[in-house]
Amino acid sequence: MNSSETAGLVFGQSVKRVEDFDLLTGRARFVDDLKLPGMLEAAVLRSPHGHAAIRGIDKTAALAMPGVHAVLTLEDFRPHLANDRLIVALPSPAWKIDANRPFLAGKETVHVGEPIALVIADSRYIAEDALALIEVDFDPLPAISDCKAALEPGAPKTHLANPNNLVAEFEVAYGDAAAVFASAPHSFKLSLWQHRGGGHSIECRGAVASWNEMEQNLTLWSSTQTPHAGMRMLVDILGLDDGQVRVITPDVGGGFGPKLCFYQEEAAVAAASRMLGRPIKWIEDRREHFTSTTQERDQYWEVELATDGEGHVLGLRGNMIHDHGAWTARGINVAYEASQAVTMPYDIAAYSMKVRVALTNKVPVSPVRGAGQPQGVFVMERLLDKAARTLGIDRAEIRRRNLIPASKMPFTKPMKTRGGIQVLLDSGDYPKCQQAALDKAGWDGFRARQQAALAEGRYIGIGMANFVKGTGRGPFEGATVRIGTSGKIQVHTGAAAMGQSTKTMMAQVVAEQLGADMENITVTAGDTATIGFGMGGYNSRQAVLAGSAAHLASLVVRKKLLAVASEVLEAAVDDLEIVGSDVRVKGVPDMKMGLRDIAKALAGTPGFRLPAGQSPALEATEQPVIDGMAYANGTAVAEVEIDIETGLVEIHHLTLAHDCGRIINPMIVDGQMVGGAAHGVGNALFEWMGYDENAQPITTNYGEYLLISAPEMPPIDLIHQESPTPLNPLGVKGVGECGVVPTAPAIISAIEDALSPFGLSMTRVPITPAEIAAMIEEAQAK
Amino acid sequence: MTEMRKISVKVNGKAYEAEAEVRMHLADFLRQKLGLTGTHLGCEHGVCGACTILLDGRTARSCLTLAVQVDGHEIMTIEGIADGDTLHPLQEAFRDNHGLQCGFCTPGMLTTLIELLRDNPDPTEEEVRIGISGNLCRCTGYQGIVAAALDAAKRMRALS
Amino acid sequence: MKPPVFSYHDPRSLAEAVSLLGRLENAKVLAGGQSLMPMLNMRYVLPDHVVDLGRVEGLAYIRDDGEAVVVGAMTRQRDIEFSPLVKEKLPLLAEAILSTGHRQTRNRGTIGGSLCHLDPSAEQVTVAAALDATLTIEGPRGRRTMPFAEFPVAFMTPNIEPDELLVEIRLPAWPKGHGYGFVEFARRHGDFAIASAAALLQVDGSGKIARASLTLGGVDTAPLRMTEAEELMVGQVPDEGLFRAAGEICGRIEAMDDALVPASYRRKLAAVMSRRALVLAQGRVERP
Repeated sequence: MNSSETAGLVFGQSVKRVEDFDLLTGRARFVDDLKLPGMLEAAVLRSPHGHAAIRGIDKTAALAMPGVHAVLTLEDFRPHLANDRLIVALPSPAWKIDANRPFLAGKETVHVGEPIALVIADSRYIAEDALALIEVDFDPLPAISDCKAALEPGAPKTHLANPNNLVAEFEVAYGDAAAVFASAPHSFKLSLWQHRGGGHSIECRGAVASWNEMEQNLTLWSSTQTPHAGMRMLVDILGLDDGQVRVITPDVGGGFGPKLCFYQEEAAVAAASRMLGRPIKWIEDRREHFTSTTQERDQYWEVELATDGEGHVLGLRGNMIHDHGAWTARGINVAYEASQAVTMPYDIAAYSMKVRVALTNKVPVSPVRGAGQPQGVFVMERLLDKAARTLGIDRAEIRRRNLIPASKMPFTKPMKTRGGIQVLLDSGDYPKCQQAALDKAGWDGFRARQQAALAEGRYIGIGMANFVKGTGRGPFEGATVRIGTSGKIQVHTGAAAMGQSTKTMMAQVVAEQLGADMENITVTAGDTATIGFGMGGYNSRQAVLAGSAAHLASLVVRKKLLAVASEVLEAAVDDLEIVGSDVRVKGVPDMKMGLRDIAKALAGTPGFRLPAGQSPALEATEQPVIDGMAYANGTAVAEVEIDIETGLVEIHHLTLAHDCGRIINPMIVDGQMVGGAAHGVGNALFEWMGYDENAQPITTNYGEYLLISAPEMPPIDLIHQESPTPLNPLGVKGVGECGVVPTAPAIISAIEDALSPFGLSMTRVPITPAEIAAMIEEAQAK
Repeated sequence: MTEMRKISVKVNGKAYEAEAEVRMHLADFLRQKLGLTGTHLGCEHGVCGACTILLDGRTARSCLTLAVQVDGHEIMTIEGIADGDTLHPLQEAFRDNHGLQCGFCTPGMLTTLIELLRDNPDPTEEEVRIGISGNLCRCTGYQGIVAAALDAAKRMRALS
Repeated sequence: MKPPVFSYHDPRSLAEAVSLLGRLENAKVLAGGQSLMPMLNMRYVLPDHVVDLGRVEGLAYIRDDGEAVVVGAMTRQRDIEFSPLVKEKLPLLAEAILSTGHRQTRNRGTIGGSLCHLDPSAEQVTVAAALDATLTIEGPRGRRTMPFAEFPVAFMTPNIEPDELLVEIRLPAWPKGHGYGFVEFARRHGDFAIASAAALLQVDGSGKIARASLTLGGVDTAPLRMTEAEELMVGQVPDEGLFRAAGEICGRIEAMDDALVPASYRRKLAAVMSRRALVLAQGRVERP
């Protein structure tokens, strides 16, 4: 697809990305590429224990090492801190325990990888040498690894001071599930285990802090998705004024969720820079990423579906236990979004999901691309597959009978988001989207192909999953559009770019209104000095919120441009057009005025009136507030083949039909969908963050933790539908997470279908070849 | 005490000489001593491939090579692929086929494909996939990269 | 993840290298670096000295000595992959080397380095066992040769003294027309094998198996030559049933057990991989 259904001059076109030239030539600047005069490097001493008391820390030998400038523990930092905890927990009535992280571990450490001390040295090499010389007197304590076991009576406590491990408890519910189940003709139960791994951006985290003693201000360059939130955290922790802290995101090598959290290391290098008066760099290495960057991990679900005899779903209920890790690094998001995603595409009258969130002695959990929603979809789709199989209904048909029809749009779900906003499915045609996916994937002819394959001893299967994904979480994002006196257009936004083409998207939106010349536009994203407020990058929100902000600001600037040009060129506004760097009279290309001239005129001349009665400056800042989420939807179909001797799953094909509203850049949308699907393939079959019973991680390198490589990625077909949302002026919905949400559920469904001759029920994700082989062997033995 | 060596190396056709600790790996040497930060470190244990460079015309993981080992040898990095501001056909194909998103794995993808397309100017899709199987990308799902490689092969064959 | 402090030595001759190893305490030999470097970066090994063989003359070659192919220890895996001699005389090795890591690691990795690292999942280790390789080892007490079967003494522990160097690997060629098959089970392309099998078959004029070699990699602490299965097959007419029986013998081994792969699965794979390797080999046999 080269242009969308509703393409404009630039908007809706697959224009080339503005990011690519620098990235392709090695001229991009990631945080590790920064080199400041006098800069020192940091390494972090981390806990080797899942749970231990810290009796003492002897830094003598480390400090004596040549090239070591400081070894800093919580005690050393404390006099320099206004606040020694990272207060980040998003508000919720569900909380039972305050588990905000400490600045560094003090008397107790609660997970392997928890930061305890910072070594500052001439180089990272020396800093790592010194780590080995710090002697910590640990007193190991019982650790709890599994979240289900963590809630059993008598389980070891994650933190000594807490009463138990239940950090939060809530219910997502509507309708009267108890009444429905009391009278339902059919009900279907499942026990499910789900696991998702980490973010694993190829660039790890990292930060460079520079305290300027002369100016009394701090600059932090961080590979983060949330620079403004980081700035406010530093203000809070270091006791500075807002004007004293600037956070800049350089080029970011992937985010995928975990980089939206603020981390101890960012605070620690900032504080250390101020204490030592030197710039300090800390770059996370991959081993640290495995034990100190947030992950998603485990959920146990006990669920039940009620239907009538024709497969109409009457209600769904259950309970879920969610692994929170040792601290709160964000909120109850993953558990909440998972619970809320379950029934989303379907018209189901009653729902109840009781959720308990358990502390464990593991690195904290926070959203990874999809934020729990793949898990919610998995629950719904496994239940529907089971009901379809038992009732003898085609799996696509049972879904068709329950999907919310287009005629009912917009559709109010009787649920509130975790921020208390009403869930209103704004637009879309879910049944049509499902049908498009089925047609493309050859669903109807599959049974014949399956029988033919089986006759040759080959086990192929097909599976599907529907999803509806809330995108564009508010409350706002901002953008400033300014035409400078050079005639160049500058765009500043609080949105954060981490690879998802945010700068190109913003430039397209602006170019559409201001001359259609992508080359004339420069976008800065995520520099707190260029825009005072911003929310950052998460929850598929950049195009929705920042794109809308840029659009609105462009319209204001456009209006000013035309007003001035109208006066000077003596032409009606309707007779003007903006082409490249000029405003021209339509049909008379010589009658024109440069953007630079208008910018200069609006910059003011001493003692003279501004032209056309305009306000000063050719710029505008807009911060549209959009509380309601734009709900994207889609359907995934997977076809697999299983080697029943080894349990190896080969994905033959994926089909993804989706609707993300109006499309700004089809090429980029394709890239987001395929990239998300790849993540889903990993979640279905490869990625597992393992821990043993003592909460020791057992997958801490890329030989053990498996990211898919090119040969594992199946061929994929994409189908785009465009139902514009009325919630924002562009009609766009988010797309960054849409590929990941249905992919693993569809693959597992296909595996179950392929193994139908053995009558197996797939209740786990990820699933390994060893597990599949063992299940087949067990079924064969019966 | 830590041991230093003077290292002479030609990178992207230009001669460099710099002192480095003998334990310093080549990626850090290129990035820190020569200021060539286009080569990226993604795992430092030889799996992700982001740090891939060409050593005497053959790809190598620069995190699994000591800087002292390349004394007297020739290296090519991502900085050496374009001709000034004119992109190489492989780079153009990456831009046109959306073969990169965050761009962090890109240096290793490009160097790996420079070697692959040199040795096999008309590869199949499967050969490309196996050829880049030692390079991890978290953004693209590889589809854009594979398309870019095949497109680049076509462009390069047309030029030669 | 930066390497620890060590002294670096880059001898130019074998004699110099051996002399250094005799003199230095706690030294590690650096061949292609594709295993040692990750271990250094992770500081799993903390040597005081690293002796780099990269500049030693005369350790990289592939030669035909009539009955065998003789390979210098510092021969890069990439050169083995592209050697016409290896393709012709040692097709099993030519096939297995394609599963060894990735292009970038084969460009640097050496056969000698892989054998001394002795990961039981490594393809070259399995092939050396399958082909009854002979190793030439040089040390201060002179040169000695050793059948590969005597080389592994424990998990990733070769039978070689700290002051000795593996210098040459002699890989006997099977007669023209023999069948060969290397199959492995790995989760992703280029990963270490969870289980692999190398099979060699020679068939006589009457169609019976005259000679068989069957080796399992990845399942035990060292490669396993399945002599019981080999003996079962010799003298038999090859067919699916025979290979199934050979596979079943492989499925009864004592396999390694770890948190990522249970022993039962390794045994299962051993049976399947060995049978598939034999079937593959049989399909390639050219009857005399």
